[in-house]
Amino acid sequence: MPELSYIEAISDGLRTEMRRNNQVFLIGQDIGAYGGAFKVTNGFQEEFGEWRVIDAPISETAIVGGCTGAALMGMRPVAEMQFSDFVSCCWDHLVTVAAKQNWRAGTPIPIVIRLPSGGGFSGGPFHSQNPESSFAHVPGLKVVCPSTPSDAKGLLASAIDDPNPVLYFEHKHLYRRVKGEVAAERFTVPIGKARLEREGTDVTVVTWGAMVHLAADAAAALEADDVSVEIVDLRSVIPWDRDAVLASVEKTSRLLVLHEDTHTAGFGAEVLATVAAEAFEHLDAPPQRLTAPDCPSPFAPSLERRFLPQAEDVLQALRDVLAY
Amino acid sequence: MATVQEPQGTTSLEEARELGLDRNELVNMYRNMLLSRGVEERGRILFKQGKVPGSYYTGLGNEASAVAFGTAMAPEDVGTPIQRNMAIHLVRGTEPWRILANFMGRAGGLTRGREGNIHFAEFNLGLIQMVSHLPAMLPVAVGCALAFRIRNEPRVALGWFGDGASARGDAHEAMNFAGVRRLPVVFVCNNNQFAYSTPNRLEFATQTLAERAAAYGFEGVRVDGTDVLAVYREARRAIEKAREGGGPTLVETLTLRMEGHGIHDDSSYVPSELLEEYRRKDPIEQFDAWLVENAGFTDEERNEIKLELKELLNDALRRAEASPEPDPAELLDGVYASRDALDAPHFS
Repeated sequence: MPELSYIEAISDGLRTEMRRNNQVFLIGQDIGAYGGAFKVTNGFQEEFGEWRVIDAPISETAIVGGCTGAALMGMRPVAEMQFSDFVSCCWDHLVTVAAKQNWRAGTPIPIVIRLPSGGGFSGGPFHSQNPESSFAHVPGLKVVCPSTPSDAKGLLASAIDDPNPVLYFEHKHLYRRVKGEVAAERFTVPIGKARLEREGTDVTVVTWGAMVHLAADAAAALEADDVSVEIVDLRSVIPWDRDAVLASVEKTSRLLVLHEDTHTAGFGAEVLATVAAEAFEHLDAPPQRLTAPDCPSPFAPSLERRFLPQAEDVLQALRDVLAY
Repeated sequence: MATVQEPQGTTSLEEARELGLDRNELVNMYRNMLLSRGVEERGRILFKQGKVPGSYYTGLGNEASAVAFGTAMAPEDVGTPIQRNMAIHLVRGTEPWRILANFMGRAGGLTRGREGNIHFAEFNLGLIQMVSHLPAMLPVAVGCALAFRIRNEPRVALGWFGDGASARGDAHEAMNFAGVRRLPVVFVCNNNQFAYSTPNRLEFATQTLAERAAAYGFEGVRVDGTDVLAVYREARRAIEKAREGGGPTLVETLTLRMEGHGIHDDSSYVPSELLEEYRRKDPIEQFDAWLVENAGFTDEERNEIKLELKELLNDALRRAEASPEPDPAELLDGVYASRDALDAPHFS
């Protein structure tokens, strides 16, 4: 099995879908001739032509609204937001039109919005955000956040197959830092199914995206203290795998939810509320969250380190949950 | 300032024939205008009887524009009509009883009680259901046109909006992108001079909305929206130009909204002289007179149509009122589409 970086796996996934289904087309800013701000679609226009790899003006609303129309006409559009932060410009189209159209009118809107997200490299307030929780609140949208190259490819295939609008958050920090084996042929990873990143018995970490890797580092470090950490990589935020989370908490009786998005009404709150309501009698400690604070994403490295959960923060949070 | 064409109405039966409209089609257009007004009148009665939840909106005064565009569209074309375009649905074949049932939030309504007033559209007739956030459907129409362009299909998408919606960014993004890619789309602006209470002069600074098209690299035309044949000529020209690869057109149809934004609005801000001027230009009466003068339209024909519509609408009213309330157990159905939904027969 070839080893691919996370970003190569996304490119591979897109290319695979475009070769097998000519309804799939890509649209976004600078994705064609230039190959995309992160080069995910480098060389695509040569292979698929300029009407399947469409350079759009800086018009997120036209891009996403256009995807909705094209999807209604039987296409399978995949839009790229240059940075996930800019999805705010087309919030209305996702939330007002795409999310509600099937319920209102009985017409499915099979579109995928790719959202390069996440911080860690001084992107500042508008090139670092993780807005997945905002969309998790909107009935009709699906939200996925792969953390590994293989999941990146498999979830992309599922997202394109899905008859609903899917927000596909790809973490920029993982693009070239994470590598892994990825099957060369097409495969799917089901939306809504968590993955056990690591089995353990003492405490559960529920997380997704880049934070999976931070949790894995912390779990490895805690091995020396004889602490066994289980890591549930949600992979999909909506729909989310409640059964996997509840099963893990019933086993370990302790829970930390870790996410890079900000704290209040972040998706961790939903996980904690569900666990508190449905697994209360299994808990040996109050379930906790480790998240970014309620603050815009900062620019300076020192501020960003304070803002984003760090390895030592995860260790401390886990020790606190274990010490209760 | 950019100049825009303001074509005058068609004056002879011969000229109408050159546009592809024979006498039967002309009389049918008249019937559809009456039907549109009739459906909205029945809805108003239902509202006054307390049978329509929420508020109630009509397109009184816009019947000519809507019938003209609905008639000019080919069966394979698609569009995103808005709340002043009742006739588009009727021309494309939506049954009146389902519209009245929709007003009342009944299970037999087009949205099964999920949506009110004119927030409905039959996708299998090539129509896409509007949202309140006008002109949010313009980018959707552009996306339909993009699909046609990608697949090289000779089809056209129509996107409707109003003078108020013209001020929102969606209109700009949709028209700019359509212009850049010369997509087969027609933008139809139903300028009825008031966005709720806000007059044109507080909504945009140009003389017309049509002239805005020049900024997007395509043609704009303003036409008298009370003159069904004048609108038809421009609609057909724009649609066929788009079909032949000539790119987008913005057609502004100028009318006056003949009642409030919704039934809750007495529209006292509309000057009475203006209302009087447009009452004299009523699109249905105007076309009726044209038919009498140019096509030998008889009292007998008119009476026959009115009788047919009266029976049709009375029957529609009965069916709509007999339709049950939607079942609350079905509330959550369809929040997410299932895979089979995509395998179902599809307009595309």
